[in-house]
Amino acid sequence: MKFRHLLLATLAVAVGVTGVFAAKVAAAAEQFIPMLVYRTGPYAPSGIPVANGFRDYYTLVNKRDGGINGVKVTFEECETKYNTKLGVECYEKLKNKGSTGASLVNPFSTGITYQLIPKAPVDKIPILSMGYGRTAAADGRVFKWIFNFPTTYWSQASAFIKYVSRKEGGWDKLEGVKIAHVYHNSAYGKEANPTLKVLAKKYGFKLTLLAVDHPGQEQKATWLQIRRLKPKWIFMSGWGVMNSVAIKEAAAINYPMDHFVGNWWSGTDADVIPAGDGAIGYTSTAFHDAGIGFKVHDDIIKYIYGGDLAKAKENNIGEVLYNRTLVNAMFGIEAIRTAMGKFGNKPMTGEQVRWGLENLDITEARLKELGMEGFTKPIKVSCADHETMGPLRIQQWDGKKWSFISDWIKPMREVVRPMIEKAAAAYAKEQNITPRAC
Amino acid sequence: MDLVNVLFIAPFLDMADAPVFLAEVVISGVLTGVMYSLVALGFVLIFKASGVFNFAQGAMVLFAALTLVGLMERGVPVWLALIGTAAVMVALAFVIERVMLRPLINQEGIILFMATIGLDFLLQGVGQIAWGSNVKVLNIGIPNKSFEVGGILLNEFDLFAALIAAVLVGVLAVFFQKTAIGRALRAVADDHQAALAVGIPLKTIWVIVWSVAGIVALVAGIMWGAKSGVQFSLSLIALKSLPVLILGGFTSIPGAIIGGLIIGVGEKIAEIYWGPAFGGAIEGWFAYMLALVFLLFRPQGLFGERIIERV
Amino acid sequence: MLYREAGQFKTSYAKDQAVFPIIQDRWFIALILVVAYGVVPFVANEYWLQAVLIPFLIFALAAIGLNLLTGYAGQLSLGTGAFMAVGAYATYKITTAFPEINILVVFVMSGFVAAGVGVVFGIPSLRIKGFYLAVATLAAQFFILWLFNKVGWFYNDNPSGTITAPPRTFLGIMVAGPEATAEVRYLISLTFLVIFALLAKNLVRGRIGRSWMAIRDMDVAAEIIGIRPLQTKLLAFAISSFYCGVAGAMFVFLWLGSAETEAFDIFVSFQVLFMVIIGGLGSILGSILGAAFITLVPIFLTNAPALVNLPMPTDLGKHIEEIIFGGMIIFFLIVEPNGFARLWQIAKEKLRRWPFPY
Repeated sequence: MKFRHLLLATLAVAVGVTGVFAAKVAAAAEQFIPMLVYRTGPYAPSGIPVANGFRDYYTLVNKRDGGINGVKVTFEECETKYNTKLGVECYEKLKNKGSTGASLVNPFSTGITYQLIPKAPVDKIPILSMGYGRTAAADGRVFKWIFNFPTTYWSQASAFIKYVSRKEGGWDKLEGVKIAHVYHNSAYGKEANPTLKVLAKKYGFKLTLLAVDHPGQEQKATWLQIRRLKPKWIFMSGWGVMNSVAIKEAAAINYPMDHFVGNWWSGTDADVIPAGDGAIGYTSTAFHDAGIGFKVHDDIIKYIYGGDLAKAKENNIGEVLYNRTLVNAMFGIEAIRTAMGKFGNKPMTGEQVRWGLENLDITEARLKELGMEGFTKPIKVSCADHETMGPLRIQQWDGKKWSFISDWIKPMREVVRPMIEKAAAAYAKEQNITPRAC
Repeated sequence: MDLVNVLFIAPFLDMADAPVFLAEVVISGVLTGVMYSLVALGFVLIFKASGVFNFAQGAMVLFAALTLVGLMERGVPVWLALIGTAAVMVALAFVIERVMLRPLINQEGIILFMATIGLDFLLQGVGQIAWGSNVKVLNIGIPNKSFEVGGILLNEFDLFAALIAAVLVGVLAVFFQKTAIGRALRAVADDHQAALAVGIPLKTIWVIVWSVAGIVALVAGIMWGAKSGVQFSLSLIALKSLPVLILGGFTSIPGAIIGGLIIGVGEKIAEIYWGPAFGGAIEGWFAYMLALVFLLFRPQGLFGERIIERV
Repeated sequence: MLYREAGQFKTSYAKDQAVFPIIQDRWFIALILVVAYGVVPFVANEYWLQAVLIPFLIFALAAIGLNLLTGYAGQLSLGTGAFMAVGAYATYKITTAFPEINILVVFVMSGFVAAGVGVVFGIPSLRIKGFYLAVATLAAQFFILWLFNKVGWFYNDNPSGTITAPPRTFLGIMVAGPEATAEVRYLISLTFLVIFALLAKNLVRGRIGRSWMAIRDMDVAAEIIGIRPLQTKLLAFAISSFYCGVAGAMFVFLWLGSAETEAFDIFVSFQVLFMVIIGGLGSILGSILGAAFITLVPIFLTNAPALVNLPMPTDLGKHIEEIIFGGMIIFFLIVEPNGFARLWQIAKEKLRRWPFPY
């Protein structure tokens, strides 16, 4: 009896699987954007505002503007749990949807980005890894299909050092200053190390690198080392639970929080809130504003939440990652619009969107039209420079909200760009890619 | 020569140089170790009484903490939420016994282990559906101030956690050694069939053990959750307690504590004094290496029951 | 009726000792192979190949490897992910240093590297047994990944710390790297699985496999009848790690294309162990069925709501998937604790009597 049930169950599964096989995508004249999201799993606290931000901005474009130049935006979520292997499945599932296939991918995960980079030129789907992924991809001559504007980890590290030099009172004052880099022991966390090392040599500050093992719930050893070392500044490249624990531990050893600077993935609401009052004064970098004071937010509340601010807040509006995603989604949409400017107002293919990304030019005036004036900085992408080395600001948590405590800091192009070109050239050699001329 | 210096001379000079700091490292290792023990205890309880390596212990920690925070977010006072969560964990124990353990009675350890993997998936799903995946702040009023004693920085929260763990172990030890139920538990651990033969109700014992393990998971969830906020990552601390568990022996409550202390102190000292030589973040594997070294001398763990082999 | 061995007489020892002594089994396997080689690559689209079948084949190979060690030789291992990582990083190092060596040969070479590492971490198995042995392989898991993450030499010092499969050809066809089509990668994975599954099947039927089983069932007794525990256990670790190493190389070069150490974290080890247990300890077929269950069922469950036109928020869908998947594991274990391999056996028994059961 039991056996028969099993057989039936197996049959049912088999029938279902063939169903997936047969499922064909209904194509319409719409611009399809895949969404690889992680609303569950260890990084869900970061993934939820990200997913909501994308969803809300795309919906806003449809509801407020009636799509991009009349072409409706469609999107579909696929849950990756921040797991690269599930990401592969999601990408494969979504890449051919819509009338022209996926226009561009925002992986929002280091692992998935690395995994997709070699695929992009083959599938002809550009990747917009905004401020994450492979830094070397900033060299557009080698990484034709990958975009990581407005800025990268290496640029960020240089901007951080610039910030420190200003606070210390000049470049010459950096000599002998102790700076610690607390980083997630992964490819992502290590990104800033080469830049920091180069700068340490150049300016003579004393750099200590302190790795924290994934997932980073236990960091006593790291913070004991900091207690002994007493670095004047701490820079952190953390992710997920590691951030809030680090902030809590820093508070426990009475470290001056305004000298503790997180990178832009270590300065989100989910990082500071669990740490409670200890997080007051903690700072991080950012390339966009936090909070809801901008027209784009008013539009979202009006068009999507029917004026219901509480409901919008439930959906993370104004949180750091939500706002960052608005910027990201805006870049994607504007790239599609740029492409339409050349290829006509119809759904764009991945190849056309790639052109749009490469020729993206968002001016102050355009930002104003989009309701994002002062929200982020204008950017102009070029064939050789897929990063643009956009400026950063330092934001500080006061226990309730983030606010800026510095003006825009421009990364050091003269230091970072040669490193990027060198790394890109090494990649090109390994992968037999001939860099294109720009 | 340089290598010898880095590995065998410099760290010790370093320790001798700053004895106060060394003391602080040791103390913080002890306090961390106690936190590991808290998680390991849950494993030990279940393994001892039912021979199951409970893969779902991490998920139980998460589930308990999520339930507690979830109740508190809905305006339930702390004490009531604690009781409510404990009740949920007891109910869970009933369900697990009825649905999962009873049909799998007398199966091999590895099969039961696999069943708890199923349980792990189930609990993660149910917990997150019920309470969401977002990070939640857990604040039940445990003090969290740092103060300095003779140059050693201590944190009230860490001390409090250690105290709780010590009390918990004390209570459990007395419970296991002195009460009738405790004796029955030990009998079951020794031999299921013999225990049944002398009239010990296996089902009741299992429910009790899983309930106690659930409550231990709740305590662990509170302590760890207060540090990092209650979120999915909480279920990953089970991994941190694995070396503790193996080192202490799967069947020994004192073993879980001593193992925790050895691992806690060992990995802190290794990370701080030897870590820089290796490039840092050596804690993760060092804990296992340390446990491995101990196990080479005592293959049953420090306090595990001796393995007697008969042909 | 259909599945009956009556009338099939063996006239030589060789025939009697064949892997599939029953003619229907041979036909069945042949049919599966024909479909797998001749039909699937032409019918399946890229999603099916890339997201479903290739990972299944690769995990099946890793599961066979672990089953040799855990199911046949009785040595619990939680280091599968690390041994796979050794295979992947070894392949990367060898193929970037010597691009002229054929990539498929490099896979096998990396298997040997992994075997060597496996032996080292297998040494404690001579003293530590049962669940406690997990500590040795866990140490391997964490140490090896830490090492690959820390030491730049392993990933050629590129600043992103990842390994990427460079383009490589076999008989003029692109097999690794982004240009390789999913069909080619599928066929290669399939071929590797078929060859190594057959090898494993023969291995466990022979002297080596029998000595492993003797060790598993009672190592003291095995020692008394003249099986050397040292050689036998270490050989099990070596061969198992070899399989895992090859699977790891395929994992990066035929499937992911690019990976960092996190792709081989402890959850991969657990996943392969799940496959082995749910498929059936001590069964080659079971490993493949277990891999199918663990890799395919979640994908099916993810896609199920869309199939029946049931719109569902992604997170809720994922949670329900977890609940169903967890429930299924428990259900299958209660129905048949010895895994799918045993279910398969029962099915064959039933089939033999069908349609006239007593």
